Amino acid sequence: MSEFFFGSAGFINFNFLPKYGMYFIQGVEYTLLLSVGSVLLAIVPALVLALMRLSKNRLVRGLSGAYIAVFRSTPLLVQLTIIYFGVFYFIKVPNIIIFGFVDLSRFIPGVVALALNSAAYVAEIIRAGILAVDFGQTEAARSLGLSPLQSMRLVVLPQAIKNILPALANEVITMVKESSICSTYGMMEIMWAAKTVSGTTYISVGPFVLAALIYFCINFPAGKAIEAIERRMRRGDRR
Amino acid sequence: METGAKLISVQNITKTFNKGAVVALKDCSIDIATGEVVAIIGPSGSGKSTLLRCLNLLDIPDSGRICFHDVDITGKKMNIDLHRRKMGMVFQHFNLFPHMTVQKNITLAPLKLGLKTKSEADAQALALLERIGLADKADEYPAMLSGGQKQRIAIIRALAMHPEVMLFDEPTSALDPEMVGEVLDLMYALAKDGMTMAVVTHEMGFAREVAHRVVFMDEGAIVEENEPRAFFTSPRQDRTQKFLAKVLRVM
Ligand SMILES: Nc1ncnc2c1ncn2[C@@H]1O[C@H](COP(=O)(O)OP(=O)(O)OP(=O)(O)O)[C@@H](O)[C@H]1O
Ligand SMILES: [Mg+2]
Repeated sequence: MSEFFFGSAGFINFNFLPKYGMYFIQGVEYTLLLSVGSVLLAIVPALVLALMRLSKNRLVRGLSGAYIAVFRSTPLLVQLTIIYFGVFYFIKVPNIIIFGFVDLSRFIPGVVALALNSAAYVAEIIRAGILAVDFGQTEAARSLGLSPLQSMRLVVLPQAIKNILPALANEVITMVKESSICSTYGMMEIMWAAKTVSGTTYISVGPFVLAALIYFCINFPAGKAIEAIERRMRRGDRR
Repeated sequence: METGAKLISVQNITKTFNKGAVVALKDCSIDIATGEVVAIIGPSGSGKSTLLRCLNLLDIPDSGRICFHDVDITGKKMNIDLHRRKMGMVFQHFNLFPHMTVQKNITLAPLKLGLKTKSEADAQALALLERIGLADKADEYPAMLSGGQKQRIAIIRALAMHPEVMLFDEPTSALDPEMVGEVLDLMYALAKDGMTMAVVTHEMGFAREVAHRVVFMDEGAIVEENEPRAFFTSPRQDRTQKFLAKVLRVM
């Protein structure tokens, strides 16, 4: 029984912690950098994609639709691999280390790949947020002589933000989980810490149980907080 | 512009929706002169809103022409934004911008279109608000206002652009009965000041007392138009008579 818990394949064998705890602390930071960074990077391209998607021009709409379809219908690992080895074969990122452990030559390709993927999802979030704003708002703005872009920027988007922000925060949570795939190419996030510690210490399960605990402790409270804020905002609306 | 000159000329417009499945307007023609107040009435679904929305191209007619100052604004190369500045529009559901204060609602277009400086726009907004007795609401958000207040602010928001014509689509239909009067009073005052107006309305009193001309629509066509007294006392068409009998009975 104690073998089940505390053996080398034990579920709560955390003997590696004193020596390797640091890997996990850095891992958390790396994961947060990847996930927050990629969603922030995704916002502008996603906004462009969303506006293209809402365009009257079929070609423009189609291009954006194709991008979104491709990134939503293929595995993130495949996208990451193609971008990491393909695109960044031609773009050389110097081996600069920031924060003492984040190697830009790995981090930048990773965060860009995640951002390109996230842009497809965030575009749909933004599009839904824009469509949820009463069309009468656009008509009123256009009737005053504002251009389509002015109407969007001054009247529609400020109202759409309220619909977009919670979904965007949820996208960060998704990326916290999805970014675990970056361990494949040596980005030292949480999953990489678990793999590395497990490989060095021959404690095969414990490090991954810890990784799971850490992911849960980030995402579960964050998800609850987003829900609470959303409820609050909706209550404010009804006033 | 001299009173009585042709300001808007609608020539044989047709409008369909859903790829032609719904015919909203068939071959409608109407002229509106400067200073004229035209009331558009008719049963639900007769195309009143569509006709009004075609005037500033919120709906784009399938065929026919709409001339504003003798310029065809349905032309492909036309910059409609410039013409819309001169055509104020008031909606049934006000469509104030909820994320802006009353003041910002009024100054947005004059400011962003570069027509006024900030201090000019603010002064004008305040003057307009004073005119309708709502100067104390300048810094409130629309959510804090009554329906009647909202609609009057929507009207002065349009006036801030110095329009040459005001288009109203059932401006009192979404209001509680006790608030209809304050909005009609403002429209009445506008008409007296010589504003050109096209008003889609169910308020037969307004049509009779304020309009210079009443237009009756049914099934996408303009069935009859006349000056109000003759229109209400001796309607010529069968359909007009039936419609009037129905709406005047409930009044
Ligand atoms: N955007 C649209 N899409 C599809 N059909 C439409 C649209 N707008 C109007 N219609 C249809 O066109 C016809 C005329 O509508 P319109 O709104 O002009 O009527 P109305 O006289 O203003 O009616 P009401 O008094 O109910 O406002 C109706 O059959 C309506 O269903
Ligand atoms: Mg209507």
